[in-house]
Amino acid sequence: MWEKLLYFDRRIIFVLIGLVVIIPFLTGWMVPHGQITPSTQNLYNEIESLEPGTPVMLVFDYGPSGMPELHPMATALTHHILSRDLRLLGVAIVVTGPSMCQDVVAPLAEELHKVEGVDWVNLGWKPGGVVPITQMGENIKRTYPSDFQGRPTNELEVMAGIRDYQDIGLIIDLASGNAPGAWIAYAHDPYKVKLATGVTGVMAIDYYVYLQTGQLCGLLNGLRGAAEYEQLIGKKGFGFLGMSSQSVAHLVIIFFVIIGNIGYFTVRRSRQRSE
Amino acid sequence: MRLQIPIAIGFVAGMFMFVQFFIPHQMIKASFEDALDWAIIIGAFALVLGLGSLFRTHIDKIRHRREGFSYSFVTLISFAVMFFFGIFYKTAPHTTFDWLFMNVQVPLEATMFSLLAFFIASAAYRTFRARSVEATLLLSVAIIVMLGRVPISDKIPYLNLHEITEWLMMVPTVAAKRGILLGVALGAVATSLRIILGLERSHLGGGGGG
Amino acid sequence: MPGAAGGINAIWGISTEVIGIWLAALLTLAIYSFLYGDNPVYKVAEHVFVGVSAAYGAALTYHLAIIPKLYNPLFRPDLVPDADEPQYILIIPGLLGLLIFSRFIPRYDWLSRWPIAFIMGLYAGLSIPRVIQTNILKQMQATIAPLLPVDAGGEYLLFSGFENLLLVVGVVCTLAYFYFSLPHRGVMGGMSRVGIWFLMIGFGAGFGNTVMARISLLIGRIQFMLYDWLPTIGIHLGSGPGVG
Repeated sequence: MWEKLLYFDRRIIFVLIGLVVIIPFLTGWMVPHGQITPSTQNLYNEIESLEPGTPVMLVFDYGPSGMPELHPMATALTHHILSRDLRLLGVAIVVTGPSMCQDVVAPLAEELHKVEGVDWVNLGWKPGGVVPITQMGENIKRTYPSDFQGRPTNELEVMAGIRDYQDIGLIIDLASGNAPGAWIAYAHDPYKVKLATGVTGVMAIDYYVYLQTGQLCGLLNGLRGAAEYEQLIGKKGFGFLGMSSQSVAHLVIIFFVIIGNIGYFTVRRSRQRSE
Repeated sequence: MRLQIPIAIGFVAGMFMFVQFFIPHQMIKASFEDALDWAIIIGAFALVLGLGSLFRTHIDKIRHRREGFSYSFVTLISFAVMFFFGIFYKTAPHTTFDWLFMNVQVPLEATMFSLLAFFIASAAYRTFRARSVEATLLLSVAIIVMLGRVPISDKIPYLNLHEITEWLMMVPTVAAKRGILLGVALGAVATSLRIILGLERSHLGGGGGG
Repeated sequence: MPGAAGGINAIWGISTEVIGIWLAALLTLAIYSFLYGDNPVYKVAEHVFVGVSAAYGAALTYHLAIIPKLYNPLFRPDLVPDADEPQYILIIPGLLGLLIFSRFIPRYDWLSRWPIAFIMGLYAGLSIPRVIQTNILKQMQATIAPLLPVDAGGEYLLFSGFENLLLVVGVVCTLAYFYFSLPHRGVMGGMSRVGIWFLMIGFGAGFGNTVMARISLLIGRIQFMLYDWLPTIGIHLGSGPGVG
């Protein structure tokens, strides 16, 4: 019996996973909010401590594959930044970043009556990874002579008085790859600008080392990080909504692991006996 | 000469970037900013280079009527359509290019990656076995983290799995990751030095080393 | 989410937003058809993705890199901050950039080494001090922590001391595991074994986080189908973002 159970069609597992993710949405079942991780709280406090009008650089270093985890974070952070009357500069060293920025910030800014070019700007993307990060330490407008839509940056009100990282209150890198490592090494360490990051669950494990050293002042980890931030700003979004499905799916996968192991050892023992 | 000149270019560029770190003079700083501009410009051309190999692969496939060559037409046509709107009608929001990105590229890429949810569940069932002490340790930590990362575990009495998970990631995991990081960093510095000194030439197509 | 396509708001009376959502939904299902087995519908979707994403990168490189960083400084200096006249010096990186394409002409492909050597040399030189500072010195500094820390009130923080000890042991033992110049016997063997345990805890935590991330990706697509696509056929779920 166990032998059969161990080697059944894997498409049955696919169907089960699909169902456990969909059902909580259809039934409207919501898990209550969880505890807030200290690294999430620290990022929130950091933004709260900034004076209105301070420029915050929100870096969109992700594309469609990072959207499910990072878009909810970006939405919550944008909401927090703009509603605190901070200036938002959207930048990217990943090519799909500018589209991500536009998709998140434009509708929220409109909702909060913030004007593009005055309260926020999407500066776009520049190739070269660490090169534009380094150049911004010397001169941001030189790295970005124009914004995503081609408007010269020295004519934008939102860029007034900004030359380099010394004029930036906080950088938050939202990334699905290893971009935060570049921002730590080429922006935070040499120019002493405050840096936090929001990363996908897969990448998060690589950045706790920098959290422990204090090179990062905050870290949002995956969809849970987004849900926690939504809780802090009191706005229910896709992070919170996803937590029910996430919880059930984890329980089901743990169940799979346990059953798989019981089956494996039962089969192994019966084979050893028969030998 | 075909190898010496590029080695000299690499040496000068590398040494300048290295030395400027220690000499914060205005003139050096200005040249440093210029060099970064140059790198962005050349980097942009290098990105376009990648398209060359994409075209070559698909055109070859079509020319030699290899298996599945008709799909290569799909790639080339998709490229042409997106490229046409991108170059001639701009990439700004509310353009056809933007519409195609949001409604074609986003669902395709996001869904393709989401397939991994199914495969990781299947792999967890079939291959995640407590065969040894080390494997059991890995498996136990994975289960604790899976539980600790979702709010439902907050309901378990007397056991704060969320805090245990955070501790596991902030202490033992940091130790392991730092060990790896130190090794990788030392390797990266050594490789960078070899590139500047012209000992590493694989990127020039001149053989792996020395 | 998706806006109007090139200023066109509707085609045959259907809004471009709805057409976009349907297109995205069909492409989503096309990719999921792979779960049943490889099939032509999936293959078409996969090849569309390759073409579209390559063109996306190329178009953005042209508009956001070539135009503002090369074309404008040479031909439209009025659009460049702090520049009044054309910066002819940029002809050099422009030409170096073009030399990359000599790769496609076998007789002159050696010329492509020049720009590549420049870029590689520059990155190497830029990275050495940065990597040493960020990934070696700072990491070592943070590992050297007091084993008997004291709080502001003069109380010993025993657990923090234990954590700091664990950190040092973990880092040293992990390094020992990757150190192959000495045989892994005796003390070295014991250290590398402890190193493996730390690595296993790290990989386990990594696996747990990876499971979380992969499920989140699926949740993202399901949310699109439920909250963006279902409303186009008149079905609205009670729970949604911003509700409650």
